[in-house]
Amino acid sequence: MPKVVRSTIIDAPIEAVWAALRDFNAHDHWHPAVTESRIEDGRAPDELGAVRNFRLKNGAQLREQLLTLSDHDYSFTYCILDSPIPLVGYVATVTLKRVTDGNRTYWDWRSTFSTPPGMETMLARMVGEEVYDTGIEAIRALLAGSVSLPAATPARSGVVPRASLAPMPANAVVIAKHGGPEELVVRRTSVRPPGPGEARIRQTAIGVNYIDVYVRTGFYPMLTPPGTPGMEAAGQVIDVGEGVVGILPGDRVAYACPPVGAYCDVRTMKADQLVVLPADIDDETAAALMLKGMSAEYLLRRTHRVERGETVLVHSAAGGVGLLLCQWAKHLGATVIGTVGSADKARLAREHGCDVPIVHSQGDFVADVMEATRGRGADVIYDGVGGANLDRSFEALATCGHLVSYGEAGGPASAFDAHRMSSKSATVSRPVLFDYTAQPERLREMSANVFDLVRRRVLRVPVHQRYRLADAAEAHRALEGRATTGATVLLP
Amino acid sequence: MVKVYASSVIEAPALRVWNHIRDFNALPKWVPVVESSRIEAGLPADKVGCIRNFTLREGGTIREQLLALSDYEYSCTYSILESPMGVIDYVATLKLTPVTDGNRTFAEWTAEFDCEPGRERELAESVGNGVFQAAFNNLKRQLAPQR
Repeated sequence: MPKVVRSTIIDAPIEAVWAALRDFNAHDHWHPAVTESRIEDGRAPDELGAVRNFRLKNGAQLREQLLTLSDHDYSFTYCILDSPIPLVGYVATVTLKRVTDGNRTYWDWRSTFSTPPGMETMLARMVGEEVYDTGIEAIRALLAGSVSLPAATPARSGVVPRASLAPMPANAVVIAKHGGPEELVVRRTSVRPPGPGEARIRQTAIGVNYIDVYVRTGFYPMLTPPGTPGMEAAGQVIDVGEGVVGILPGDRVAYACPPVGAYCDVRTMKADQLVVLPADIDDETAAALMLKGMSAEYLLRRTHRVERGETVLVHSAAGGVGLLLCQWAKHLGATVIGTVGSADKARLAREHGCDVPIVHSQGDFVADVMEATRGRGADVIYDGVGGANLDRSFEALATCGHLVSYGEAGGPASAFDAHRMSSKSATVSRPVLFDYTAQPERLREMSANVFDLVRRRVLRVPVHQRYRLADAAEAHRALEGRATTGATVLLP
Repeated sequence: MVKVYASSVIEAPALRVWNHIRDFNALPKWVPVVESSRIEAGLPADKVGCIRNFTLREGGTIREQLLALSDYEYSCTYSILESPMGVIDYVATLKLTPVTDGNRTFAEWTAEFDCEPGRERELAESVGNGVFQAAFNNLKRQLAPQR
């Protein structure tokens, strides 16, 4: 007895797929092989026992009867009553299941039947390919919006809305020229609908990072004025363009990526850098966490894989990335030394896993690190300060240590002398987050690792400064004045 | 009665996923919250009725009994005998289904249990997201096609 099974994943919520499939009489609307279907005897298409009488495009006339229908299980079973094709005792079941991971739908379509001897393979192939495969691809195309249906059919109400063509009014922080914090001014703008591969987002929280200062001043050539700075935000998807898979309107998402433009309330951007947020990660946490958390992830797990027992030196240990580095390195079993600028910051760093906070003013931390490591130095040093601090860091490095320069808040990371490295067999890295997150699969892996540790309360993300979007200048002044601890967010 | 349902799509054939997770004693290999595991009384891990005794990374021990195992259905059902979570009559089933389109796997994990009133959401969240989804995410990483 031939058995045919087809299953697939549809990038649409189960309600939308069910809305398209549930009507036993609607297959002439969506199945390319079916024309002119009607329900016999004036029964409703969802009445058990209802018979659909329909013709195939090749002229064959069939009658099929509804045997079970379940809105609870998203499933229906039917049999063939009359058919010119010798499918004897044909019973088929369609079942949908929710893919909770990504709000997609698993679709299973299977049947068993008998055939005259010798026709098993041919008829199984016909059912599988011409009926099931063709039908599945038609529904996939329908729900992706590339085919339009007559609007009168009520069963279509659950179909995912596509991008409206209208631009939307928005507010954005625009800098007219590179310069100081006073250049950050809010302007009314208009946000275009998403094009192919893009999504439009209503942002609810925006992360403020030191890189935004470099962008504002022009130190990093990432923005040609006039333009909007910002690399990181969270919010809700309004609409998506053609070809976007895995992201649906209504999804809560977050991102941390170039190009700049996050300081606004509505934004259209590439969808492949968006991460769908788990239910237990709120928007503010995500906005505070994506860039800094994924930075900590690649620094501790990829640029250098911190091992149990290693000694790690974290500069700016009370800052946004610093606090995460301390917590995570401690969780990995490292001894964590941190440099901070004040006694209050030392307390904060200690609360977040820093074993030895060193309060210093101008790069005089080397002696303290040496003392804390009994003259050995640190196995790995995370230096986001740059400038002259890097030379001090090198002095505090253990033999065969790894000096990771990941930012230049205190001045450019000058050319490094490879010959000098030999005095300690040192490794020096100058990694950049966005090279690690450029591949969407890697991005999702990194963000999932971060969310997982937040969920397990290994990482706590204290948001200590909240500003209105209009007060972005104030946020930058505080950040540059070294007056902040933890994370800073803008709330549109 | 609290019901938890988590499902995902793994980019690997169902047989390969099943081989990776079938061992009732292999949680530490693929479930992130689990640190170590052993089967009590020296029983084989595929003997229906055996008990796995495992420790969580954040501390705590859980004992679970294998109620059903099917190499035909790619499914595994088990109950919790003892845990610090405060769940009562907890029975869970993990099931894989081949997706014919793309040779992938549809993975489903369901759990049903009772608990103290007021803790339903918290427990459903920690089971569904903290354990099941986190394990799926890990499986996706471990079994992703090599690029």
